[in-house]
Amino acid sequence: MILEVNNLSVSFGGVRALDLSHFRLEEKELRVVIGPNGAGKSTFMDILCGRTKPRTGEILFDGKSLKGLTEVEIAELGIGRKFQKPSVFPGLTVFENMVLAAKMKKDVLSSLFFKMDTVFTDKIHLVAEKVGLSKALQQIAGSLSHGQKQWLEIAIVVLQDPRLLLIDEPAAGMSDRETEKTGELLLELAKMHSMIVIEHDMHFVRQIANKLISVLVNGKLLMEGSFSEVKNDQRVIDSYLGRANSQLEKL
Amino acid sequence: MSIKPEKEGSGKSGWINLVFILFFAVVLPVGNRLGLFSINTISLWGRYFCFAIAALGIDLIWGYTGILSMCQAFFFCLGGYGMGMYLLLKATAQQGLALPDFMTWNSMTALPAFWHPFHHFIPAFLLSLLVPAFVAFVIGFFIFRSRIKGVYMAIITQALALAMYLLFLRNETKLGGTNGLTNFRSLLGFDLSASSVKIGLYGVSLCMLCLAYIACDKIVHSKFGKILQAIRDSESRVGYTAYRVLHYKLTVFVIAAFLGGLAGMLYVPQTGIITPGRMDVTASVEMLMWVALGGRGKLKGAIIGALLVNCLYSVCTSVFPEGWLFILGLLYVLTVLYFDKGFLGLFATLGRKLKFGAGAGAGRGA
Repeated sequence: MILEVNNLSVSFGGVRALDLSHFRLEEKELRVVIGPNGAGKSTFMDILCGRTKPRTGEILFDGKSLKGLTEVEIAELGIGRKFQKPSVFPGLTVFENMVLAAKMKKDVLSSLFFKMDTVFTDKIHLVAEKVGLSKALQQIAGSLSHGQKQWLEIAIVVLQDPRLLLIDEPAAGMSDRETEKTGELLLELAKMHSMIVIEHDMHFVRQIANKLISVLVNGKLLMEGSFSEVKNDQRVIDSYLGRANSQLEKL
Repeated sequence: MSIKPEKEGSGKSGWINLVFILFFAVVLPVGNRLGLFSINTISLWGRYFCFAIAALGIDLIWGYTGILSMCQAFFFCLGGYGMGMYLLLKATAQQGLALPDFMTWNSMTALPAFWHPFHHFIPAFLLSLLVPAFVAFVIGFFIFRSRIKGVYMAIITQALALAMYLLFLRNETKLGGTNGLTNFRSLLGFDLSASSVKIGLYGVSLCMLCLAYIACDKIVHSKFGKILQAIRDSESRVGYTAYRVLHYKLTVFVIAAFLGGLAGMLYVPQTGIITPGRMDVTASVEMLMWVALGGRGKLKGAIIGALLVNCLYSVCTSVFPEGWLFILGLLYVLTVLYFDKGFLGLFATLGRKLKFGAGAGAGRGA
């Protein structure tokens, strides 16, 4: 058990954004979280990575409480976050982005006197290969396409060598081809890391959901189950409106 | 140190550096010997070098890290006052007086305790560098810990600059009030009014500028420098990548203040006076303008900006004394509107255009 969440709640201006009584994640499990807009999916990740402070509840990461830790301390414990909107360092090259991300001592003095070595370069090339950015290493990150930025951010998170990856809508704004590639990448990464993925695109969910899917609605956990269980659950179909609803029917 | 696999364009920029150093290290002093440049011109450039050192610090914190600090002139003056106190005590001793003039006028009977370390050069030298750095550390700690940034950072540092200016204006601060510190005579036994000493100070300033440039260049090309740029572009991502942003901001703020203090310390023996006027709000804003006009985010831009703007200032104030602020304002507006990368960006664009034009011409010719 790498992650255990009990009675987690947070409110924004009186609106209860998240009210999660129970959530568990096994070691090396890939969990997909789905739900309509405003269901609290991203808020859940914000709390896990220290961006938002919960009002009540406890989070145990590998048995250790995350209460009161800053985002840096949480990142050091081994939780890496990929945001919905690609968040990379646009002014630096792809290679530099990856160097900054890679796991190492990150205090001021170590950074001042940091020297590249081949072990390090190899590691970066390996990850660049994985996310398909080998040819773009010397490009300025700001000039990458949207899809490439998403992959770069995944690379940034992976290079930190986290035990738990939080991936927020990795396929948003991607072409079908890119989406499929992203799915393969995530499945590959899931062999090494525990992972929570938020996603809307049900085709993509079907591609990556290898075990459980959690459905969040109005900040509460509606159900957990396999892809087919979720797809055929009447409550899930009812609570999904618009685009997502028609998607479910197509499958 | 560099995390880039290969160096780019080092050949061309090497030439520019060489020309710069040759001109200021050889042409100007030799020209002075031959009677082409007056000793005042030399001394003036010596002071510009000091401004350029301070500008390097501003470029680190503003250009690279994106923190708009509007109290850099205060750090400059802290260094300047440190050196000024030493020089004044030496001059007072030479005159055979017990107390500096302004203290006698303010009917003080004994030297205030905080003046005592400035009797000797070494402690005065160290304090001139360490006090600005320490003050920056304390201020920076509280500002950055509270996650103050953007326009709030600018406002709070500007308010601080104003408060310090008002504090230094008062006679109770025992630093000469409005008149500041002046009537210096000698530094380490050298007569400050002698031409050779002026050239010497010019040389020291030039050396320190070169050293400061090399150090800053190392910093911005190290991984530390890349993290500064990352903070500028995407601060939250830096935090989630497990860097303690507070430590990095604090370090660069202290380095900038240290450079400011160093610059002020070198500046004072060359001008012969330091007053609170050097640290009022406009002084800090002007320093930012040097960097903005020169090209922020490039170390050379900061140096070029500081040298050119001050050079222009000297020329303009002698030709049309009333017009300087209008000219500066106009330049600033033009920079913001048309060449936001400053003089340096303008030169680069012109160079590219020329090269492109020549290349296209050659292509047509063939």
